[in-house]
Amino acid sequence: MGTIFFFVLAAVSVISAILIVAQKNAVASALYLIVTLCSQAMLYLLLGASFLAVIQIIVYAGAIMVLFLFVIMLLNLRRDEFGPDKKKIQRVLAFALGAVWLIQVVAVIKLGLSKMSLSPVTPEAALETGSVQTIGKSLFTEYLYPFEITSILLLVAILGSIVLAKKKI
Amino acid sequence: MPITIPPIDFRVIMPEIVITLFACLVMLLEPFLPDRRKWILPHLSSLGVFVAAYFCLPLWNSNLLLWQGQALGDNLAVIFKIIFLLGTLLTILISYLKSGHHWGGEYYSLILFSTLGMMIMASSSDLIVIFLGLEVMSIALYVLAGFNRSDLKSNESAMKYFLMGAFSTGFLLYGIALIYGTTGSTNLNILVNNPHLTEPLFITGLGLILVGLAFKVATVPFHMWVPDVYEGAPTPITAFMAAGPKAAGFAALLRVFLIGLTPLAPMWITILWILAVLTMTLGNVLAIAQMNIKRMLAYSSIAHAGYILISVVAGGDDGLSSSVFYLLVYSLMTIGSFAVIIALGEKGEKNEELPDYRGLGLKYPLLGVCMTIFMVSLSGIPPTAGFVGKFYIFSAAVKNGQLELAIIGVLNSLISVYYYLRVVVIMFMQEAPSPSVVPHSSWSVQLALWLTAMATLGLGIFPDILFKITQQSWLFTLR
Repeated sequence: MGTIFFFVLAAVSVISAILIVAQKNAVASALYLIVTLCSQAMLYLLLGASFLAVIQIIVYAGAIMVLFLFVIMLLNLRRDEFGPDKKKIQRVLAFALGAVWLIQVVAVIKLGLSKMSLSPVTPEAALETGSVQTIGKSLFTEYLYPFEITSILLLVAILGSIVLAKKKI
Repeated sequence: MPITIPPIDFRVIMPEIVITLFACLVMLLEPFLPDRRKWILPHLSSLGVFVAAYFCLPLWNSNLLLWQGQALGDNLAVIFKIIFLLGTLLTILISYLKSGHHWGGEYYSLILFSTLGMMIMASSSDLIVIFLGLEVMSIALYVLAGFNRSDLKSNESAMKYFLMGAFSTGFLLYGIALIYGTTGSTNLNILVNNPHLTEPLFITGLGLILVGLAFKVATVPFHMWVPDVYEGAPTPITAFMAAGPKAAGFAALLRVFLIGLTPLAPMWITILWILAVLTMTLGNVLAIAQMNIKRMLAYSSIAHAGYILISVVAGGDDGLSSSVFYLLVYSLMTIGSFAVIIALGEKGEKNEELPDYRGLGLKYPLLGVCMTIFMVSLSGIPPTAGFVGKFYIFSAAVKNGQLELAIIGVLNSLISVYYYLRVVVIMFMQEAPSPSVVPHSSWSVQLALWLTAMATLGLGIFPDILFKITQQSWLFTLR
């Protein structure tokens, strides 16, 4: 049952990810991004990471995507403003290199995982590590320093966006 | 579930705490100060730099660490922190504007936050912390690059830097994720003992991390952003970018490759060898064609990243200490040359094209002599610090069996002599145009000029003092 769910969700997330970049219309791209993010949240749930799944929906699919759509609609982009890509060779080259990279990564992961002896995780253990309690505890003990740096990072981002966006400094 | 927070030895992260406090203080004071008191802010920022440097000193030879190496207090970290703080102090000095217009508190606050990011980055052996430090540094820099909001070039610079930087951070993060996936840890001290280090998955991750860091230190072929960003950003910020973030990128590179993953050297050494040769050669050859002095110095900074990569490839004690030595010397001479550009760019006229420099050496001898010292030092001619630094790097390379690399490096320095000395020739041997450029005479820019020129000459004549210090950087470094 879990395997079927996994493959369906994986297919949905990959296809919608491709559609994001294939769309000409920016609003449609943003909507497909929501689909990708939601299907990823489901994948997290399958792994037993309930906290991560909820955060993914609330923060990414919810808050950030609303801002995204808001900005796109405010900018009011029309289709012709994108214009055709002038450098065809660049596109071909990018596509070829991307394909090579994809094959390489798939091969490497396939090779790497088959050689390593990964011990399967029991569902109970997965639920344990994915819970809010465990994450909260490790945030304030093991990862205290990175956690505090993250708060400064957010402060810098706020300061920076105000500096760039404010009418008169 | 009760949480017990383990006791923290605050001495290790004291410099970071001080810089954070001062950055917040400057930011919060800004709205409460009337315009005529805004001059307090740069002074307060400089004070913060000095206090942070004061708290760095007790860490020398202390070899303390926190959270299994997430924050390190070893000698290498101390030296790098001093380099960053020096660069920050000089940047604050050359940011002084004479004409009553102030940069505002956000400017100084962002510089301090960027320094904080560099300090975090250079003193950690945990990939997550290195990544977070890099982000704090970069986000502040993206904004600083676009600080001249009415200037289109500054906007272009910020946009380009942001897009490319965010893209390269993606590579870095993907690499860290793959490494975590293979070894189950992001701490270099722990994962170096993992049996899966030769797995293709791990090597791919390592390669991605290399791409991310190579972008930050601007090596070829990840250098495309450098000339445009350096040209468009406000000149003090360009000086800051050439000194601090480059040193921070190299600090992370040294931590990850040279110190953390020494056993894997055969894997990454060939790649770095190729990168070093490409970076030096392309940087120097392209610099010849530049007529804008900021663009020329941008390509020169690419070339210098190549020289420092030689010392990383050479490896061992000598490689590490010579790269630290060179990073310090490079910060001094590059900030010095940007200070000359700032001195000539008063009153809204930029005066960044080479013909603007005609005859200035004879008209303003002190400025001309300073610029000559920096150009001579950048091209690596004695008796300047640039020569000593290059000498140490090349001798480290020869000692560790990288003779070809040393020869390529020497040949490249020969190419670079042409475009560095061209500036001197233009300044001293060409006639000045009739309404010639009038330099800026603010005391802080002058002070920065004097400090950097004296240090460049002084370290060229008496390099022993600094070299003894950098040699000890390896001694107490955590393995």
